[in-house]
Amino acid sequence: MEEINALFAGFAVALSPYNVLLMLVGVILGVIIGVLPGLGGANGIAILLPLTFTMSPTSAIIMLSCIYWGALFGGAITSILFNIPGEPWSVATTFDGYPMAQDGKAGEALTAAFTSSCIGAVFAVVMITFLAPLVAKFALQFGPPEFFAVYLLTFCSFVGMNKGSPFKVISAMMLGFALAAVGMDTVTGQLRLTFGSTELMRGFDFLIAVIGLFGIGEILQSMEEGLKFSGKSAKIRAKVVFETWAKLPRYWATSLRSCLIGCWMGITPGGATPASFMSYGVAKQMSKNKDKFGKGEMEGIVAPETAAHAAGTAALLPMLSLGIPGSPTAAVLLGGLLIWGLQPGPLLFVEKPDFVWGLIASMYLGNIAGLFVVLTCVPIFASILRIPFSIIAPVIIVVCAVGAFTVHNAMFDVWLMLGFGVLGYLFKKLDYPMAPMVLALVLGDRAEDSFRQAMLLSQGSLGIFFSNYLVGTITALAIILLLWPLFSKLKAKKA
Amino acid sequence: MSENSNQNSVVSMRTMEIIVAILFLIVGLVVMTGSVKLGAKWGSDGPESGYFPFYISLIILISSSITLFQAFKDKEQADESFVEKEPFSQVMSVLVPAAVYILGVQLIGIYVASTIYIAVFMVWLGKYAIWKAAAVGVGVSAALFMMFEFWFQIPLPHGSLINPLAFIGLQ
Repeated sequence: MEEINALFAGFAVALSPYNVLLMLVGVILGVIIGVLPGLGGANGIAILLPLTFTMSPTSAIIMLSCIYWGALFGGAITSILFNIPGEPWSVATTFDGYPMAQDGKAGEALTAAFTSSCIGAVFAVVMITFLAPLVAKFALQFGPPEFFAVYLLTFCSFVGMNKGSPFKVISAMMLGFALAAVGMDTVTGQLRLTFGSTELMRGFDFLIAVIGLFGIGEILQSMEEGLKFSGKSAKIRAKVVFETWAKLPRYWATSLRSCLIGCWMGITPGGATPASFMSYGVAKQMSKNKDKFGKGEMEGIVAPETAAHAAGTAALLPMLSLGIPGSPTAAVLLGGLLIWGLQPGPLLFVEKPDFVWGLIASMYLGNIAGLFVVLTCVPIFASILRIPFSIIAPVIIVVCAVGAFTVHNAMFDVWLMLGFGVLGYLFKKLDYPMAPMVLALVLGDRAEDSFRQAMLLSQGSLGIFFSNYLVGTITALAIILLLWPLFSKLKAKKA
Repeated sequence: MSENSNQNSVVSMRTMEIIVAILFLIVGLVVMTGSVKLGAKWGSDGPESGYFPFYISLIILISSSITLFQAFKDKEQADESFVEKEPFSQVMSVLVPAAVYILGVQLIGIYVASTIYIAVFMVWLGKYAIWKAAAVGVGVSAALFMMFEFWFQIPLPHGSLINPLAFIGLQ
């Protein structure tokens, strides 16, 4: 009951006219960002973050998280109408969404996608509402060793969940940690790894990395692929919406399954992309119309969209309750918390209930507002994609440069952004994952602090990570996940 | 990959894998020497500043050595193309102007540089009429100008070499 009361207090915060306006602005900006190539949830929010420094933290996070929901919705538009996944997690939506649009059923496909996105997100928000305070309360008992063990678990699960080479995951992740170490040492105040450069004293800001890796990197890649926009035009008529809504309850089992897969993948840092693929795969396995999948089956849209949104939303649970983001976008939001002067972690629920519950309430409202915005404005958003790439590309690079500059008002950061862009392009092509690197860059200092504090407690013995049941279980889980690729390789050899 | 595409390949997948793995090794070595210089052992007050980065660099060295070894062993990737000529020139046609643009931002300020960059890009790659390109360029820059100089009051770079907008009072 406590949660319900707190939630209503949160609704009171979120429903102030100013915050509702920001919510709408956020959703619309988010959809535009999601539709444009080169801009996505993570770097879109990173670019806009400096503009929110003057807002109150609650209003700022409401707007930024609504950009995130908008970007999640936007991805579906491009994949269904243009067969171009605007975001990696909407790749699975193209499998059935594009064929449906080719059949002249674009309206139905979009309605199904948006509605199931909304259902997935609301399911995850309900889970956050009730689970996050519990997790936070539990985590209040955590000391440095427990926190480090949770960080370890986060990073090891990247290794365990990744399909590609585990060594590449580790290399990319450690590069993130190494970059995070540059600059001032937070414990001793000593300058580290700056090699005498004054520009490096500031350290590598992850916002710059995000803008470069995801923004410039993606532009370079779209350029290589030579984007051809040949889309279906779409208008969603009210009749089609209601007809589709009448059909959707048929897929309740798929929806529920996808919600659960999404929530699970979102909390563990698997993320929205694997969640959408996994959910699509499971839905195909379990469906009666297996052979219709990939040819325009509505269930094939419901499954990945529900899971992607559930995962994208659930990624905020560990961010809010533990201060550990489950996805790059959640990491950017976490960076925002730090900039607004809030300390992310379990104490946030105690110290800033207005902020936390305002945010949670805005998740309900933002997603529902988002659903109406996208259902009514699809033609407008789709027309954005018809702007030729030769206009979009330079404008986006200008926007990225401005975003990178405003983080610290430093020209050096703009050059860094370009460097990260090239790195992002190389990483994408060689199958090095970017999410673990970004998370390592964000969490590097905090992980190191908790590691050093734990080491101080134990006088340098690694045994502290097994010193009680709690920390021992988390560490053991982390090690199992780390060695998971090895297990699956052994199993594959036997079979 | 067909034989035809191989001839168009700028560089093979395997070569790039090896190059990137070696770059990782170099980063690892740089970080390692840096941390050893800082002190990577236990000081009087606990772990020294280089303690954590030292182990990070050690893991980089190990994991990228394995990647490097795997790339050497994997002969199949030698035939696989990393990028072909045509797409490579496409990528460069974005990357090189972007670098020139950032240099421009540094030297002559963001507003003029952005106008020129967008306009030139549109004329060159998009084959637009010059007046259209100029209109878009000026429009975007004007919007940026209004947003940052007036609305948010965040100063953007005005040019370290010359400030072409000094005549309208921009400092």
